Amino acid sequence: MRGKVGMWCLIVAESSIFCIFVVAYLYYAGKSVSGPTPAQVLHVPIFASICLFSSSLTIVLSEKAIHRGNIKQFGIFWFLTLALGVIFLVETGIEWHRLIYNEGLTISTNLFGTTYYSLVGLHAFHVTVGAIGLTIILLFTLFGAVKMEHAGRIGVFAMYWHFVDAIWVVVLSVVYFIAR
Amino acid sequence: MAEAQPIVPPLVITPEREGSRPIVQVLHDWIVTVDHKRLGIMYFCYGILALVIGGIEASIMRAQLAVANNHLVSPETFNQMFTMHGTTMIFFAAMPIVFGIANYLTPLMIGARDMAFPRLNAWGFWMTALGGIILYFSFVGGFGLYGAGSAPDVGWFAYAPLTSPAFSVGHSTDYWTIGLLISGFGSIATGLNIMTTVLCMRGPGMKLGRMPMLVWLNSVMAFLVLVAIGPLTAAQLMLLIDRYLGGHFFDTQAGGSAVIWMHFFWIFGHPEVYILVLPAFGILSEVIPVFSRKPIFGYNIMVAATIAIGFISLSVWAHHMFTVGMTSYANAFFVASTAAIAVPTGIKIFNWIGTMWGGKITFTTPMLFSVAAVAQMLIAGLTGIMLASAPFDWQLGNSYFVIAHFHYVILGVIVFGVFAASYYWYPKVTGRMMSETLGKCHFWLFLIGFHVTFDFMHVPGLLGMPRRIYTYEASRGWEGWNLIVSIGVIFQALGVLFWVFNVLKSYFKGKIAGNDPWDAWTLEWSTTSPPPDYNYAELPVVRSRRPLWDLKHPEDPDWKYE
Amino acid sequence: MYPRSANCESNSSMPCEGRARRSSRQVARLALLFLACGSSAAAATFGPSPVPSLFSPDSTPAHDIYHLSLFVLAICLAIFIVVFSLIVYAVVKFRRRDQDDGHEPPQIYGSNQVELAWTVIPILIVVVLFLAAARVIHAIEDATFPPDAIEVTATGHQFWWEFQYPAYGFVTANELHAPIDKPMHITLLSADTDHSFWVPQLAGKTDLIPNRRNEMWIEPHALGHYVGQCAQYCGIQHAKMLLNVMVDSQADFQKWVQDQEAPAVTSEQVAAGRKVFEANACMNCHTIAGTPLANGRFGPDLTHLMSRTTIAAGAAPNTEENLTLWIKGPDAIKPGCLMPAMQLDDQDVKSLVAYLMSLH
Repeated sequence: MRGKVGMWCLIVAESSIFCIFVVAYLYYAGKSVSGPTPAQVLHVPIFASICLFSSSLTIVLSEKAIHRGNIKQFGIFWFLTLALGVIFLVETGIEWHRLIYNEGLTISTNLFGTTYYSLVGLHAFHVTVGAIGLTIILLFTLFGAVKMEHAGRIGVFAMYWHFVDAIWVVVLSVVYFIAR
Repeated sequence: MAEAQPIVPPLVITPEREGSRPIVQVLHDWIVTVDHKRLGIMYFCYGILALVIGGIEASIMRAQLAVANNHLVSPETFNQMFTMHGTTMIFFAAMPIVFGIANYLTPLMIGARDMAFPRLNAWGFWMTALGGIILYFSFVGGFGLYGAGSAPDVGWFAYAPLTSPAFSVGHSTDYWTIGLLISGFGSIATGLNIMTTVLCMRGPGMKLGRMPMLVWLNSVMAFLVLVAIGPLTAAQLMLLIDRYLGGHFFDTQAGGSAVIWMHFFWIFGHPEVYILVLPAFGILSEVIPVFSRKPIFGYNIMVAATIAIGFISLSVWAHHMFTVGMTSYANAFFVASTAAIAVPTGIKIFNWIGTMWGGKITFTTPMLFSVAAVAQMLIAGLTGIMLASAPFDWQLGNSYFVIAHFHYVILGVIVFGVFAASYYWYPKVTGRMMSETLGKCHFWLFLIGFHVTFDFMHVPGLLGMPRRIYTYEASRGWEGWNLIVSIGVIFQALGVLFWVFNVLKSYFKGKIAGNDPWDAWTLEWSTTSPPPDYNYAELPVVRSRRPLWDLKHPEDPDWKYE
Repeated sequence: MYPRSANCESNSSMPCEGRARRSSRQVARLALLFLACGSSAAAATFGPSPVPSLFSPDSTPAHDIYHLSLFVLAICLAIFIVVFSLIVYAVVKFRRRDQDDGHEPPQIYGSNQVELAWTVIPILIVVVLFLAAARVIHAIEDATFPPDAIEVTATGHQFWWEFQYPAYGFVTANELHAPIDKPMHITLLSADTDHSFWVPQLAGKTDLIPNRRNEMWIEPHALGHYVGQCAQYCGIQHAKMLLNVMVDSQADFQKWVQDQEAPAVTSEQVAAGRKVFEANACMNCHTIAGTPLANGRFGPDLTHLMSRTTIAAGAAPNTEENLTLWIKGPDAIKPGCLMPAMQLDDQDVKSLVAYLMSLH
């Protein structure tokens, strides 16, 4: 109970940080004086998004597994969650490589570049932190340290992962659809 | 109806005095502690240290401004002084003090053994402390390898584009940014902790509607911390991106906006001052009832007013921006929201008066400070109303009138409240009473000094004196007023010296306090002074808002009336 | 809609809705009556003062603000008197007496009627204040101007003011001239960081923000020299970015305009100084109209330097001694300003100053 309330508090605080970056993105949309525009260079990251959204599903499945006491199944779904998250990060990296080297869009190119890399980057940073957490817990699982009584704590961590996912819903909508 | 168990009489414990163990062990215990009481004390002491340093910075400024065309300090130094004074006082004095009081008292007041996340608590404290050290390292680290500037000199709100690499060469601004970024994480941790503690750790019978007022105020404060620190963190990350990665968030040459920094900063900045003042309101709501011998008048309304203040405070921020050229509709909206917040604030003032009304008031030192704080809140609120009227603000804004207004709140209400809290809870924390005589000397000196400085400070503002100027022309007619303002500082400093002396002397020589020296009614007075590490041997069961009143007056307990 | 002059009827900051409590409305009426007696039906003027008090307004927007401020002050004073008296009364009447019997007083928990009263009354006061303020906001911010209003573009620099009069086609610095009884519309821009234009006797302050176009207006009603200064921290010499506004009669203003429109005075006697000016870095920053090489925009326009009473944005009087000091080492007058010490020998400085002093 404490963990859940604490995690909600963290989510509120993090949301307010993201909110400001989203506001900046929307405010500056269309105001770049030069350089590439979103319509010119952005491709909707469909595959990466599917991976990230699916990872929310796999983490729910892993939560259900550990509630039943099935550590093996928990481990499998947990690993899948991590894998999907890592795929998302790799896809983001590939996308950024293309934007920087092929399209010439960097964080200092123009307002679009600054706000895009900051917002997507902040989200990717949070995914990375989540991935590190997932890895640590996976290692604990492999060493047999994770038991059914830890289901509550797993639930708290999963909340963070769902939060990262929910932020991606917002970022995806704003960057790739609304402010295109 | 089943009777609730009575509160278990406190255990008689003689805590081991610190001096009997080797000093290294004592230090180690304090550094690694996760006990909310010790962390509370450390937060408080850190804050007081910062208060003294900030006070020295203010004194330097006042000495420079006492006469026109003074050459006591260079413009660079003066500009660093007002930046550091504001930043230090808000982030490293007021916030730690407020967090310290919340940390120490919240578990005790709700009948818990510690905060929800003790280790996070410790982490939060050390992050805050680190932030302050980074900020002050700027004095030393600014010069040298990396170029010009030392302490930041961009003002505590660091308006863009003055903070851009073009106008702030070197690293002084970065010390401001990074120091506050790090302490911001600590603040969020504390806000999270307070919120979770209040929601999850209340003792048996401690419903939300039975919590002491200070706990309510600290909860709303914690909510504001969670919502409002984020914008500052975001703005600072954006500033760092601009300064180091070539970003253009606030780069007006590339189409960026200086005004958006102001929006982001003040979306943080205004709730921030409510983060500071709500705990002070909470202190007043604890002290005034005890020394009026009556319960707080209108508890439910006070709670509702607090929540209203919390929410409305999120909608008023652009009253700091009335002069930036927003549309008349935007200006009018912020006039309305700012004026609206006067209603719940006024309700609180009236309820404090209602608490005293019909009571039997004893003027102990904490009560003196509290009553003064109420009167000063009245005045501060009224000058706030003047500033809320946007056209009036077009004259008063960014002038010494504003400085007088907000110091009236910060010193006149918050610091007076903190002093009241110190006299009131010092016996609980240390087991000894502070000297009433020294306390009264402190009160009168500080009261006189405060009013000499801040009452008269309104006048230069009305006569056209803007903020952040290191000197001024003699012909402007501001000189005499500035001299009076500067003289008041001496009395305030003397008052604070009396207080520090009192704190230290009473630790060794003060009268032994016992559990409940003030004949008070909230849970912290039911355990020993100082409390044992685990706070309560058995978690007390409560049936009303004043569990100790119920214990002392079994024939007429509060729970019959609530 | 011509901006209103400050007479009591058209500039009434009286709340026009009927929800204000009767007594506060009467107080407001009384206050305004008092004002009406104190000031004439036309704009009351106080005359320029070296002390720039907001209580001595001499221009229409400043008058509007002044009347609103008196209204707000009156309400705040009334609230203060009532509530402070209650505090003092409570503290005196309900203190514990020496002969106290030790019983606790009656434990009152609250009163819904009282809470309602002291919620509703403040709400009404807040509504009244909001309406009064909104009215003045609209009057000042949404004012429109007649075609003969004077247009000025003010650009803030670190740490001086640039004033352009686009209709007349000239640029000057630091001293603004305005004709009496005519609206002057000022567009506010910034070349570097935030600044704020504040001359309290003439108007409330408005910020100059880079990459943003702000507007303000004045309509002065008395002749003379009004003072103000930059009111938004803009860097090291923010304190000495002073403002001087000269309100002239219509005739004097036209004469001033003509003088400013003329090209720079050329005189053979100061040719040596002009050569020094053109041979050094001066011309990179400063413009002297009519001198082909000197068209720098970083520093103030010097074409008619001697028509100004001060130098360095008001930091020092415009005298030979100060000009010499300024050129030799600006830090002596304004430490940290962006003009460098010119590293000239004394003879060059002397002839340069002589040249500058010829620029009427």
